[in-house]
Amino acid sequence: MTTLLEVSGVSVSFDGFKAINNLSFQIAEKELRAVIGPNGAGKTTFMDIITGKTRPEEGRVIYGDRAISLLHMSESSIAQAGVGRKFQKPTVFEDQSVADNLLLALKKNRGPFSVLLFKASRDDQTRIEELASEIGLESALRRKAGELSHGQKQWLEIGMLLAQEPKLLLVDEPAAGMTPAEREHTTDILREAAKTRAVVVVEHDMEFVRRLDCRVSVLHEGSVLAEGSIDHVTQNQKVIEVYLGR
Amino acid sequence: MTDATLASGLRRQPLALRFPSVLVFLAALGLFTIAVTILSDGLGLGVISTSFIKTLGKTLCLCLVALAMDLVWGYCGILSLGHMAFFGLGGYAIGMWLMYARTELIVIESLKAAPLPATPQEISDGIAGQIFGVVGASEFPPIWAFAHSLPLQLAAVVLVPGLLALVFGWLAFRSRVTGVYLSILTQAMTLALSLHLFQNDSGLRGNNGLSGLQNLPGLDDFPQSTVSLWFFWASAIALGLGYIICAWIVSGKFGSVIRAIRDDETRVRFLGYPVEGFKLFIFTLTAVLAGIAGALYYPQAGIINPAEMAPIASIYLAVWVAIGGRGRLYGAVIGAAFVSLLSTWFTGGQAPNINLGFYTIQWVDWWIVLLGFSFVAITLFAPKGIGGLVDIFIDRKSPNRFGADLGPDPGALREQEAEK
Ligand SMILES: Nc1ncnc2c1ncn2[C@@H]1O[C@H](COP(=O)(O)OP(=O)(O)OP(=O)(O)O)[C@@H](O)[C@H]1O
Ligand SMILES: [Mg+2]
Repeated sequence: MTTLLEVSGVSVSFDGFKAINNLSFQIAEKELRAVIGPNGAGKTTFMDIITGKTRPEEGRVIYGDRAISLLHMSESSIAQAGVGRKFQKPTVFEDQSVADNLLLALKKNRGPFSVLLFKASRDDQTRIEELASEIGLESALRRKAGELSHGQKQWLEIGMLLAQEPKLLLVDEPAAGMTPAEREHTTDILREAAKTRAVVVVEHDMEFVRRLDCRVSVLHEGSVLAEGSIDHVTQNQKVIEVYLGR
Repeated sequence: MTDATLASGLRRQPLALRFPSVLVFLAALGLFTIAVTILSDGLGLGVISTSFIKTLGKTLCLCLVALAMDLVWGYCGILSLGHMAFFGLGGYAIGMWLMYARTELIVIESLKAAPLPATPQEISDGIAGQIFGVVGASEFPPIWAFAHSLPLQLAAVVLVPGLLALVFGWLAFRSRVTGVYLSILTQAMTLALSLHLFQNDSGLRGNNGLSGLQNLPGLDDFPQSTVSLWFFWASAIALGLGYIICAWIVSGKFGSVIRAIRDDETRVRFLGYPVEGFKLFIFTLTAVLAGIAGALYYPQAGIINPAEMAPIASIYLAVWVAIGGRGRLYGAVIGAAFVSLLSTWFTGGQAPNINLGFYTIQWVDWWIVLLGFSFVAITLFAPKGIGGLVDIFIDRKSPNRFGADLGPDPGALREQEAEK
């Protein structure tokens, strides 16, 4: 399978503290990957680098079949190139309806002038209804997103990501604050999404990761400590020491 | 599922249905205009004096610039403290033509008495002498190059504020200046502009400003009572159109994006929207609206000078919008009309002074203190402003709990509560 994203030799430091240290990482076009690691391992920073929020001091980030470098692109052009991101704490637009939130995310021309003249077509409406039922919010389309529960907001954000139709989906702790049933549904959605795109999931909950049933990368002190199947990494002595043993 | 059950951005309905306040507003504005015309000195019963017609017309212009302020601040979250500078620039642009054209007529008239017909050079020198005598100059500064042409100066009303906003906004937004730093930057721009205009060699007559703007060149036959009505109508039309444009923008997907920028700019970037482009669009558009409002205001005021563009003026504008209720278009209009009319009343010496025995409260001095207190009180206790009263009136309570669960179980929405 062809590689979609290749991160190599990337380092970032904050005030002298190396948050990411010579990190290398690869993911194929249709692959589901879990990233685990202790608090402060650099998982969120790793996503910041890919999405253009944080600029690394060294290293390369190559993306897509045309092998473009993401390092000099703005956040919005990286997103337009097909990188979608879900943040650690759910960020939806609370003041706007669920439908408006989904419409904002729907894959469309993002320029100010085309947005100004935009009119939702029948297809767009249907698509939004589909997405809403996929995330169990079909009856809440007109509700303000601020009225939703924490779990529902996580759903909405996942729905917004799907609406973006990204080629690479970066998901930071999607299951936080969800009930067991909701978690199960989330794993289903993520696995389904990974059939057509690359998905990177950061998660602490080992049960959740096990259910994802995919390759796992363990991050520690800003670099990859181990990589492989869940059974492989959980038996790794170093991983047990720094992460599981505690 | 039908259209009606979907959200604003999805409904394909006429603007008036998507944004009901448009109809109410236009109807109210229309009735107001007709009523004032009927009661006016110029065409009607003579109940309202010409000077009060001018005050009302000016108030409509202030409502228009408040609308612009609401769009840029209330909807897009950019607290610009420089929009009155754009307002002033619009006023100067039209003022230059008014002053030039009128002086030209006067000069031609006076040269008629001379034995030889006047040459164009003599006429031009005559006009320059008349206009710039007060600042000790007798030649036209380069910025007056187009002052003879009404169409070009009208274009300047739109282009000068628009281009300034475009350049300033591009520099500021591109370097991601936000929040209070951006507000300070806009104040600095305003201060620099007004200090520049205060200088005699600014080419705009320094602190004398431009005057006599109430006289329309060549239309001396029409009394001020009639002219004042023309400007009143023009201001009403401009406000109505401005309201429609703003409503159209905020009710569609564009409005959804700028409100999202206001609430979480970073998130909008990660959705792929070029945030800077959206901000620049709104900043420039509102600067143009402010310029147009200024161009209608100053012919009614009769005079414009750099003090009008002092930084404090833009701060007042923000206060009006805050008191009226930002984030709703009619709120801005109500705030501007209410506070500016009240201010005219207090500072005009009409408000009765309060004698406390040991001290007399002179409203001319104390009005500003009262305004300050009202602003603080509204910010603290009624952040929705006067416009928030409408919510009580039409019983539209939105349960805005910012994330807290609505029901006993996490995520369970209590129907009645959410519907209200
Ligand atoms: N902007 C920043 N400035 C300074 N230090 C930072 C910054 N961002 C992250 N860090 C530091 O970098 C390290 C890695 O942080 P990061 O958020 O990537 O960890 P994480 O693996 O996502 O942790 P968690 O599991 O708690 O979410 C932490 O020690 C953090 O304090
Ligand atoms: Mg993190």
